[in-house]
Amino acid sequence: MRAGDRIFQNLTTGSGIFVVALIGLIGIFLVIQAIPALRANKANFLFNHGWSTNDPANMAFGIADLAEVTVATSVVALIIAMPISLGIALFLTQYAPTRLARPFAYVVDLLAAVPSIIFGLWGILVFAPAIEPFSHWINETFSWFPLFAPGNVAPNVRGTIFTAGIVLAVMILPIITSLSREVFERTPRPHIEGALALGATRWEVIRTTVLPFGKAGYIGASMLGLGRALGETIALAVILLIPQGRNFDWSLFDGGATFASKIAANYSEFNNPTSAGAYIAAGLVLFVLTFLVNFGARSIIAKKGD
Amino acid sequence: MSTTLERPAATPAFQQVSTGRKVKNAFATVLVWLSFLIAVVPLVWVLYTVIANGIKRLPFSNWWTEDFGSVLPDEVGGGVLHAVIGTLLQGLVCAVIAVPIGLLVAIYLVEYGRGKLAKATTFMVDILSGVPSIVAALFIYALWITTLGLPRSGFAVSLALVLLMIPVVVRSAEEMLRIVPDDLREASYALGVPKWKTIMKIVLPTALSGIIGGIMMALARVMGETAPLLVLVGYSAYVNWNIFSGEQAALPLVMNNERATNSMDPGSVGFDRIWGAALTLVLIIALINLLATVFSRLVAPKKK
Repeated sequence: MRAGDRIFQNLTTGSGIFVVALIGLIGIFLVIQAIPALRANKANFLFNHGWSTNDPANMAFGIADLAEVTVATSVVALIIAMPISLGIALFLTQYAPTRLARPFAYVVDLLAAVPSIIFGLWGILVFAPAIEPFSHWINETFSWFPLFAPGNVAPNVRGTIFTAGIVLAVMILPIITSLSREVFERTPRPHIEGALALGATRWEVIRTTVLPFGKAGYIGASMLGLGRALGETIALAVILLIPQGRNFDWSLFDGGATFASKIAANYSEFNNPTSAGAYIAAGLVLFVLTFLVNFGARSIIAKKGD
Repeated sequence: MSTTLERPAATPAFQQVSTGRKVKNAFATVLVWLSFLIAVVPLVWVLYTVIANGIKRLPFSNWWTEDFGSVLPDEVGGGVLHAVIGTLLQGLVCAVIAVPIGLLVAIYLVEYGRGKLAKATTFMVDILSGVPSIVAALFIYALWITTLGLPRSGFAVSLALVLLMIPVVVRSAEEMLRIVPDDLREASYALGVPKWKTIMKIVLPTALSGIIGGIMMALARVMGETAPLLVLVGYSAYVNWNIFSGEQAALPLVMNNERATNSMDPGSVGFDRIWGAALTLVLIIALINLLATVFSRLVAPKKK
């Protein structure tokens, strides 16, 4: 092999190795930085609800509240976004006129191009006041149901998990939609034509061919959406109100902080390495969580691709 | 999709579709259309909010030529020059680092990658694209600030953005390189041109228009990131050209800072500044996307 070829091949291969190593490096550096803080922690890191890191000599912090709020917002977002994304993906592949399918898809993709801080500010300044009567109504009518019970940010119902979940749903719509659309598009023509030949209505065609074929891809896409929701930072930091002195109580009208929003909201504590370590430990948990979710999603999608 | 075969050409030989099935079909059609409309509502609403509220400050020339350093937090006036400079500088430095790496990875995957390492690379690029921006920021914090002992700066932000930009560049460049016909490569090899020269002089230029488009869109995306800015650089109301030291503003940081320090009542100074900065950011992102489209048309291989 010529020298130029060898150098170039090594350069490109090296870049490949660099990217592979990068994920490992992220994990290693976060672990190294988190250890001193975890050693100094006087509370149980996994099960403690409080977060007190101001005094480096006397730190007691746990991720229980963060984990619960992260899960709650993500699940609310997913429950709203999954059926809507499915509808949009079906609309774009099966219903929209062929000439308009591409521009319509572009419109949905535009949602992904809006910076998340804009979604956050819109969510708290414009959307939350607009749906306030609606959330009040749900809160009052269904308060016997634990999820809709009066939460820790009442009586003002802005800045709740309810608001945050809806905004988050809008933010993860495009990723779930675009991947599901790709899968649905690949439904074999003979399946569809066969169903049509048997006299199936359009809905029956979808139910018997498109949905069974695309099911795995749709689930994978939804998991990718979940991964995005778990890691969303600034929109949630802007929207969610952090109540004083009360833990998250599994009401949608609670406020709170997710892993990501907690870190973003407390960057001013980073001047002290031990305190910063506590937030890095929380970031490490978030990294592992999103890694696992993305890993699962990619495995499902890759299996379907073969 | 299925326009050609929606209905048989001749009258169906079998019975009419039952009412129950018709109702179900109509119901599904309504739901599917509705879900698309539901997605359009927030998009239009957000864009309307940004434009209607943001347009108030933008026509004043000092919005583009001044910073907020000389005006009080609740005083009308000043501009976002400091943040525009920060956003563009940090984005540019990020691109200078991320683009070569991303391109090399894409070339590796398309031209050289076989076996386990290629599979691992593809997988890790996917995983990297799912890493939350706050985690990327914490990693750079742990590496750059705690381990190396370097100060918080715009450059640290650029480094975090590199992590977020690489996977997008790799994906789009890979797609473009794969559609370059193999005939071109083979013709070049037949003339005795080495592989690396073939890639640099034949394959890359052929795919260039699409690659540049992908790069610019990736750049537009990372410019809107906020989390790395919070962790890795402080906000300054003054223009700072030095990316390696000192506090440096960026447009998302302006929005966050106004939110934290000013009244958020509609029509107040803080409210106008937030949406002014948001509209400025959206305009920059739209402009970059537009440039990407125009540029890729210009560079596209000429057809006779």
